[in-house]
Amino acid sequence: MELTICWLYGRTMNIYGDRGNVLALAQRCRWRGIEARVIELGVGEPLEPGRCDIFFWGGGQDREQVAAARDLQGPKGETLRCEIEEGAPLLAICGGYQLLGYYYRPHRGEPLPGLGVFDAWTEAGSRRMIGNVVVESEEFGELVGFENHSGRTFLGPRARPLGRVRIGWGNNGEDKTEGCRYRNAIGCYLHGPVLPKNPQLADFLIQAALQRRYGEVALTPLDDTLERVAHSSAVRRAQASR
Amino acid sequence: MDPRLSLAVGVSRLSATALRRLGWGGGTALPGLLTSLVDPAALSKLSRQLPAGCVVVAGTNGKTTTARMLATILEQAGHRVVHNRAGSNLVRGITAAIAEQSSLLGRVRGDIAVLEADEAAFPVVVRQTSPRIVLLLNLFRDQLDRYGELDTVARAWGEALNALPTASGVVVNADDPTLAALTGELAGRRLAFGLAEQRFALDRLPHAADASVCRRCGTAFTYRAAFLSHLGDYRCPGCGFERPPLDVAARAIALEGLERLSFEVTAPGQQPWRVEVPLSGLYNVYNALAAVAAAHALGIAPELIRAGLAATRAAFGRLERVCYRDRSLVIVLIKNPTGLNEVVRMLTSARVEAPLLILINDLDADGRDVSWLWDADLEPLAQTGLPIFTGGIRGADMALRLKYAGLPEERLRVLGDLPGALDAFVSELAPGQTGYILPTYTALLALRRALAERGVASAFWRQ
Repeated sequence: MELTICWLYGRTMNIYGDRGNVLALAQRCRWRGIEARVIELGVGEPLEPGRCDIFFWGGGQDREQVAAARDLQGPKGETLRCEIEEGAPLLAICGGYQLLGYYYRPHRGEPLPGLGVFDAWTEAGSRRMIGNVVVESEEFGELVGFENHSGRTFLGPRARPLGRVRIGWGNNGEDKTEGCRYRNAIGCYLHGPVLPKNPQLADFLIQAALQRRYGEVALTPLDDTLERVAHSSAVRRAQASR
Repeated sequence: MDPRLSLAVGVSRLSATALRRLGWGGGTALPGLLTSLVDPAALSKLSRQLPAGCVVVAGTNGKTTTARMLATILEQAGHRVVHNRAGSNLVRGITAAIAEQSSLLGRVRGDIAVLEADEAAFPVVVRQTSPRIVLLLNLFRDQLDRYGELDTVARAWGEALNALPTASGVVVNADDPTLAALTGELAGRRLAFGLAEQRFALDRLPHAADASVCRRCGTAFTYRAAFLSHLGDYRCPGCGFERPPLDVAARAIALEGLERLSFEVTAPGQQPWRVEVPLSGLYNVYNALAAVAAAHALGIAPELIRAGLAATRAAFGRLERVCYRDRSLVIVLIKNPTGLNEVVRMLTSARVEAPLLILINDLDADGRDVSWLWDADLEPLAQTGLPIFTGGIRGADMALRLKYAGLPEERLRVLGDLPGALDAFVSELAPGQTGYILPTYTALLALRRALAERGVASAFWRQ
C-alpha cells in the first residue's frame, strides 16, 4: 500500500515545528509497511484531483499567509474544497486552520478570504495567546499541544469543535472551544507538534486515507510508549504553568 | 562628577555583591534594574565615557563567542575592554556589567566596550549607547513565543539601524540576506563579511532556513552556495537583489576535528593572511570572521587579530570541556534549530562516536515551546552508531523527536531531570571516555550548578 501526503505551502508556512506532523504521518505509515510519499505544494503549483491522500497545512508568518490565501482563490482552492467534501483527511494548524474558515480579518486592511470549509471565522486580536494547552475531545480523548496565536476564531452554529480546552486559551480565549472538525478534516491551534504526542490523531488521518483509497483496512497497532511518556510530560507542564 | 550616576553605580555594585554573597547566582538583572531606577540614563552616560566607543554585537547565534573573541583581540591590542561576559545581554544585564566595571564615582574603567545584545534588546541598546560599530551576525528562527516571528524582529532592527548616528559603522554578515537587505541603505558605512569558499556548501537548504525568500519582492532566492541555514551566496531571480560584494572574506577554510579551525582572511589593502582558532564547526568560522571584520573596522593590525583569536577560549557552555570522575565532558549549548543543526553537523562530520546527552528545558529563557526540536534535522544522528540519552524537563519530547528521526529505540534512553541525569550519564561512560552534553540555556545553568556541587568547574560569572 502507498499513501501520498501533500504538504500545503511546506516551503513558506512551516514555523513552530509543524513539519513534525508530516514526519509523524510518514513514519507511522512506514512502520506499518505502508509506503509514504511526501510532496510539497507551493504557491502557483496546481493540485491534481485524486492525487493526494492526506493533506497537511501549517502556520506561517503574515506575509506567507496572504500569499497562500491568494493562491487558493481559484481552481486550486476549489479542488481542495472538493477533496475535503469527498472525505480526504486533512490537518490544518494555526494559519492554515484560519484559512479554512470564511475569512481572517487583520487589524488593518481587507479580510483575507478563506475556503469556508469550516463554519468559522477569525478576527485579529490584540493579545497573543501563548502557552501549553490541554484539550478534551469526545472523539480523540485528551489532546496536548502548545498554542501561539493572536487570531481569535469563532465557530458558527453548524461547526463542531475538535474539543474543549481544559487548560489554555483555545479558539478565542472566551468560549473554551478548541479547533474545528468537518468530515475528515481537523483544524486547530495545537503546535507541539500535535501528531507525535497525540498519535491517535495521526492514526485517524492515516486510517481515513487508507479507507478512501483501499477500502476497509485494519491499522496495525504500534508501540506508543514513548509517545505516551511525552504526552504526559507535556500535560504536566501545562498543569504546572497555568 | 554626576552624583546621580555615581549613586546608580554604587547601588548596582552593592546589590551585585550582595546577590553573590547570598549565593543567588551571577546576579545582573536586579542590579541593572536598580541602576536604571536610580538613573535612567546610566547606560547612555557610562557608554559615552568610553574614548574608543562601544561595539554592539547582535544576532541569533554566536553573540557570546564572537563578543568574547573580539574582546580578546582588543585586549591583545592594549585596550582595556568593558564586556558583558556573563551573557547578560538584556538592557539590565548590560547596564549592570558596565556599572560593575566602573568606579564608585561613576567613571568607567576601560576605554572600549564590547556588548552583546539580545535580539529583542538590540534596538534599545543601540539607542542608548550610540555605538561606534554595530556588528550583525545573523537572524534565525528562535523562540517564537518570546521574540515573535522573524519578520517582527527584522522590522525592529531595520528601524534601529536607520536611526543610527551617522558616525556609527555597521559590520554585517552579508551571507545573511535579511541583514544585507536591512543594511542596504547604509552602504557607505557598511563593511560586509562572508565566506568566499565553495567547499562547505550544503546540498540543499535545511528545513529551518526560513529567510530564503527575498524581502523586497517575495521571490525565493537561488543560491550559488548555501553554507549554514539560509546563509550563503544568494541571488533573487525576481528583482536581482544579491549578496553584496564582500569586503572581508574567509577562504581556504580548514576544520580539524573538534580541536581547531583555520581560514585565510582577505581584507581591503592587505595581503591574505591566515588565522587559527581553538574552536570547531563552520558556525565558529562565521563567529571568528565576524570578530576579524569588526577588529579590522576598528583598525587593529592582522598580527594582533591573529594573536587574539589564538588566545580565545571557549565561552561558557560553548564547546567547553570539563573533567569529572576521570571522564571528559564536552558541553555545547543548543538554543534553536539552526544551532542544533550545526552542532549535529559538527559532531557527525568529526565522526564522533561517543555517547550524547541532550538536555531540553522549557523555561522562559529556553523558550516555553519545544516545537523547535522538530524544525532541526536530527536524521544524521540516527545514521551514526552513537547512543543517545535525553533529559531535562522535556527530555521525553527530545526522545520522541529522535524516534521519528529514525533512531532505534534501543539506542535511546530518557534519563529524567538534572542533576540525576548527569550522574546517570556519567555512569554510562567508561573511565577515560568522552561524553557530549547538549543542553538548552537553563539546562546549561542547572548542569553547571550540578557540576559545581560535585566539585567541578567554577561559577560562570567569574569567567
